[in-house]
Amino acid sequence: MSESRIHHPLIELTISRVKETIREPEAMFWVFVFPVLLALALGIAFRERPPDKIPIAVDRRMKDADRVAKMISKSAQLKALIVGPADLNQYLRVGKVALVISRSPEAVPLKSGKAENFPGGTGPEFFLIYDAARSESQLARLAVNDALQSGNGRMDVIALQDRLVKEPGSRYIDFLIPGLIAMNLMGSGMWGVGFGIVFARTRKLLKRLAASPMRRSHYLLAYMLSRLIFLVGEVAGLIGFAWLVFGVKVHGSLIELAILSVMGSMTFAGLGLLVAARATTIETVSGWMNFIMLPMYLLSGSFFPYSRFPTFLQPFIRALPLTALTDTMRAIINQGTPLFHNWLELLVMIAWGTISFSVALKIFRWQ
Amino acid sequence: MTDSAQKISAGGTNFQPVLKCLAVKKYYGAVKAVDGVDLEVLKGECFGLLGPNGAGKTTLVEMLEGLTKPDRGRVEVLGYQWGSGDDRAFRERISVQLQETQLADKLTVAETIRLFRSFYHRGHSVDEVIAKTGLGEKRTERVMKLSGGTKQKLALACALVSDPELLFLDEPTTGLDPQARNHIWEIVEEFKSRQGTILLTTHYMEEAARLCDRVAIMDRGKILALDRPASLVEKWVGKEVIEFSAEEAVDGESLKKLPGVKDAEQRNGLFILKAYRADQALPALIAEMEKKRIKLTRLTSRPATLEDVFMTLTGGKLKNE
Ligand SMILES: Nc1ncnc2c1ncn2[C@@H]1O[C@H](COP(=O)(O)OP(=O)(O)O)[C@@H](O)[C@H]1O
Ligand SMILES: [Mg+2]
Repeated sequence: MSESRIHHPLIELTISRVKETIREPEAMFWVFVFPVLLALALGIAFRERPPDKIPIAVDRRMKDADRVAKMISKSAQLKALIVGPADLNQYLRVGKVALVISRSPEAVPLKSGKAENFPGGTGPEFFLIYDAARSESQLARLAVNDALQSGNGRMDVIALQDRLVKEPGSRYIDFLIPGLIAMNLMGSGMWGVGFGIVFARTRKLLKRLAASPMRRSHYLLAYMLSRLIFLVGEVAGLIGFAWLVFGVKVHGSLIELAILSVMGSMTFAGLGLLVAARATTIETVSGWMNFIMLPMYLLSGSFFPYSRFPTFLQPFIRALPLTALTDTMRAIINQGTPLFHNWLELLVMIAWGTISFSVALKIFRWQ
Repeated sequence: MTDSAQKISAGGTNFQPVLKCLAVKKYYGAVKAVDGVDLEVLKGECFGLLGPNGAGKTTLVEMLEGLTKPDRGRVEVLGYQWGSGDDRAFRERISVQLQETQLADKLTVAETIRLFRSFYHRGHSVDEVIAKTGLGEKRTERVMKLSGGTKQKLALACALVSDPELLFLDEPTTGLDPQARNHIWEIVEEFKSRQGTILLTTHYMEEAARLCDRVAIMDRGKILALDRPASLVEKWVGKEVIEFSAEEAVDGESLKKLPGVKDAEQRNGLFILKAYRADQALPALIAEMEKKRIKLTRLTSRPATLEDVFMTLTGGKLKNE
């Protein structure tokens, strides 16, 4: 068997790193599948439905109950149920209907049992029975009035046309997807780099490599480079999924989104490197990872806006790298803002990345 | 290549020290891991550090490899002192196999060797090394699936792929079955036959006896004796070891005076005669015991080994497993 040409050590190290990662099915799941499942679950849980039609009860004893029900159903906001006298009271009380239309003022008696003479006739006279304290019932009162008036021949004197508008990226899923991408870049960057290095250290593989003429910076760079390769799948996967399933659009430039993703990924790879620089057990590094990532999961606004936190916390929250990445990600994806409008956030990320990478290089323990 | 590196390859007599260490010490708190070691390893020689667990072999070897800094003393490898600015050039010329390294589980045999090959400017091809180490059938197997012996072969392959001048092997066969051990020995012997220099640590005296031209016996951070294996045995034990037990007490001093006997001692109820000549010592022993009417049980005679040298020097055993 012949072998292909052996590449530069940096390339060989990166290839090895990539192979090791993709041969770890669990890691692949957490990096690629889990975020998509999370997006799916949250997207479905918080999806927006058109407002439900308000249910209206039409007293079955009216001779023209069917006709009245038809008039009501013409309204875009209402739906009619034809209900017998035995159930009217119950339906109104539990809110199954918002309002009862009848020709008897006592169709819904407060005290039942009293035999009642139901008025005949089909004239243009109705009683609307409802609880004025319920806003839905108030709304129903207006819509029922309109429906009955126009159903009985009222002509509108002016023409009104509805025109509904929607801010781009205003749904929860639009808010969520950039947050999830940022969070995933943090998680996979820190775990991918930090874990791999500490694992190699506990197995004395780092020591073995240090005994070879391999440049130490190549080893660390290979971790960063392999992150870039996975990054494409991570970001494109989530963006593509959100677009196909939820119609989430990227309003800004895709190239700028790519640049931002690389910057974010490098920032967190640097942090991961720093956390792993001296740890000699998996437990230590896991502890530090959680210590660093947990506040960001909570504060950086991945799932809800961080503006809900008290004012004095805001400067601290905005200095976190995940906040910077999430905010810039949202600006590009949801608002279509040019990348450099968020220069402050970019600076925050660059600062975290370069400082942690250079400190990590200084204090790195090879044995 | 650097000046000093050229000097050595140019000025090449076979007795040039490739490895030198002078009054080297390394303490870990109260533990004197290496406590003043001097030695020289010559070009083309296989030098063995023989000692039990905790003797300080790994600590010493890792100082020679430039992975650990000595507290005191001086280490020279190919005429170079680690940390004087040219480490990478010298790392090109040496190779190491560490005692405890576990290579990446998810890579295959060929991928692992290939990765190590990429670190060096020159060396063998991956295929050559795979053939040399007999890993052909395993080349596409992932490291995690390999047996202990095959993993050790792979570690050796990774060390040999750079075609090093100097090879450090730290307990290359510990924990392996006899067949796997033999394979490793053959690979090491092949390297040796091409004038490669080896520093090897072991606590198997058979290994030291078979592979090493010279052996240093090490215990508690110190070198107790250093010579060719046969000379060590000759000097400290003689040629044969006669062991026996007896039903009654035997006077040790009278045993030492028997013809052909170098020394005698008693350990755990067993008498041990270290003999230059078993053909003289054995009949003399039997005659002496008959004369004193002492009944012998379990009489054996066997060739003396490095294990006996170690026992003689320390009173302890090499293998504490
Ligand atoms: N990094 C270390 N920290 C503390 N003690 C150590 C360290 N390395 C080795 N030692 C101690 O030094 C002694 C020699 O160890 P080592 O060199 O590994 O012996 P060997 O390789 O001969 O088994 C042992 O007592 C060991 O516990
Ligand atoms: Mg050891």
